[in-house]
Amino acid sequence: MSKKEEIVRVDHITKRYEENAILEDFSLSVYEGEVVVIVGPSGCGKSTILRIMNGLEPVQKGEVTYRGEKVDGKLGSITRIREKVGMVFQSYELFPHKTILQNVMLAPVLVQKRDKKEVKEEALQLLSRVGLSEKKDNYPRQLSGGQKQRVAIVRALCMHPEVLLFDEVTAALDPEMVREVLEVILSLAKEGKTMVIVTHEMAFAEAIADRVIFLDAGHIEEEGTAEEFFRHPKSERAKQFLNSFTYDKVVHE
Amino acid sequence: MNWEVISSYLPLYWKAMLLTLRIGWLGILFAILIGFLVAIVRFYKVPVVSRIAGVYIEFFRNTPLLVQLFFLYFALPKIGIPMNAEFTGALGLALLGGAYMAETFRSGLESVAKIQTESAMSLGLNKSQTVLHIIFPQAFSVSVPAFVANVIFLLKETSVFSAISLMDLMFRAKDLIGLYYKTTECLVLLVFFYALILIPVSVLGDRLERRVRHAEFGD
Ligand SMILES: Nc1ncnc2c1ncn2[C@@H]1O[C@H](COP(=O)(O)OP(=O)(O)OP(=O)(O)O)[C@@H](O)[C@H]1O
Ligand SMILES: [Mg+2]
Repeated sequence: MSKKEEIVRVDHITKRYEENAILEDFSLSVYEGEVVVIVGPSGCGKSTILRIMNGLEPVQKGEVTYRGEKVDGKLGSITRIREKVGMVFQSYELFPHKTILQNVMLAPVLVQKRDKKEVKEEALQLLSRVGLSEKKDNYPRQLSGGQKQRVAIVRALCMHPEVLLFDEVTAALDPEMVREVLEVILSLAKEGKTMVIVTHEMAFAEAIADRVIFLDAGHIEEEGTAEEFFRHPKSERAKQFLNSFTYDKVVHE
Repeated sequence: MNWEVISSYLPLYWKAMLLTLRIGWLGILFAILIGFLVAIVRFYKVPVVSRIAGVYIEFFRNTPLLVQLFFLYFALPKIGIPMNAEFTGALGLALLGGAYMAETFRSGLESVAKIQTESAMSLGLNKSQTVLHIIFPQAFSVSVPAFVANVIFLLKETSVFSAISLMDLMFRAKDLIGLYYKTTECLVLLVFFYALILIPVSVLGDRLERRVRHAEFGD
């Protein structure tokens, strides 16, 4: 891979909840156009890393830089960065009091002060791309989980973020709705969008990742291409972890 | 029932109703303002002020309006604060209502999940935009049924105003009964005029509820 520009870096971060250190001296860089997938056992700190990248979580030590620029605690700087870093949550978090179209248009109009008409056009275009244009005047409560999650992705996209963060966006969905959401994310990857994805869908992870980070107890246990990690895991922990997704064939005694 | 008596009393009751409405409306308006401010202070746990607000709420929710009015009307002048009856009525209602409204609005604010705030902030909304566009509207649509119930409750509470010699509906009824003993007519009129105030409020309240809650909760 040629040297791409670094977009986000978390740099020697220490994160504690009370006395519990979740991340200790943790660093991770995300480069333009790459898809980084973070996997690891429950509670190992995956969500925390995404939240730190988006400035939702204060840290005790270290810093987050965005295209080389330090994100400090000052509000102005942090909201400016958040415009550039889109986040999609497991529980969708659409705004229940706004229609689908209003959900998508709110931030571009309010935060970026873009022209309403132009934003509306783009919003409708994005919604039709995920097959939801006829839902534009519905409220979130009238949509299925998979539809809500596609709207949440569109809402993030409409801000023209330079990097998108996905935190287990299919974990709350019924199995038959998982694919419709993952297809959208796959199509974004094909376009070359920069993304950091936390997921428990290993087949999806293998298909989409340029780089896989295997996190265990707050540190990077193993890191490599999708092929390397899923086909030839090196560490014992990684092998164990991957095994936990397969089942042995039952042998009748 | 004597319809002549009723029609001759009508203007007196009408005037009394206007007084009830005037004080009720003022009191409720200020109750909403007080409730809103106190709810915010409590919700954001503003140091010290939040404690004081808590004491205020407990005090006014746990003493009868009648007692509060007596205190305001008879005790305050003794320590050199002059009070007139109408002002006392409105103030009493505002303080009582403020305590109820504060709890109503606060529970609305608390019902908005923290992650909704995070969702808004992750889209680049700043704090005040988040509060204005995301938190308040959701909090209000949760609070609105209790809010409407508070308004009706407060309007009913105005019936104790006669105790500080305000010539409201209750005062009018008692006064006329004492003078002419037309008890049935007086009571029928009393019920009628309270219904005249409360039924429209309750209908409007229903409409408001349905409008505000449609988005989030459907019909
Ligand atoms: N607000 C909090 N207060 C205290 N501890 C917390 C808090 N949030 C997270 N933690 C702890 O931090 C650790 C990492 O949490 P995190 O949510 O990042 O894990 P995760 O890898 O995303 O797990 P999962 O796969 O279950 O989502 C966990 O042990 C969790 O208990
Ligand atoms: Mg998580």
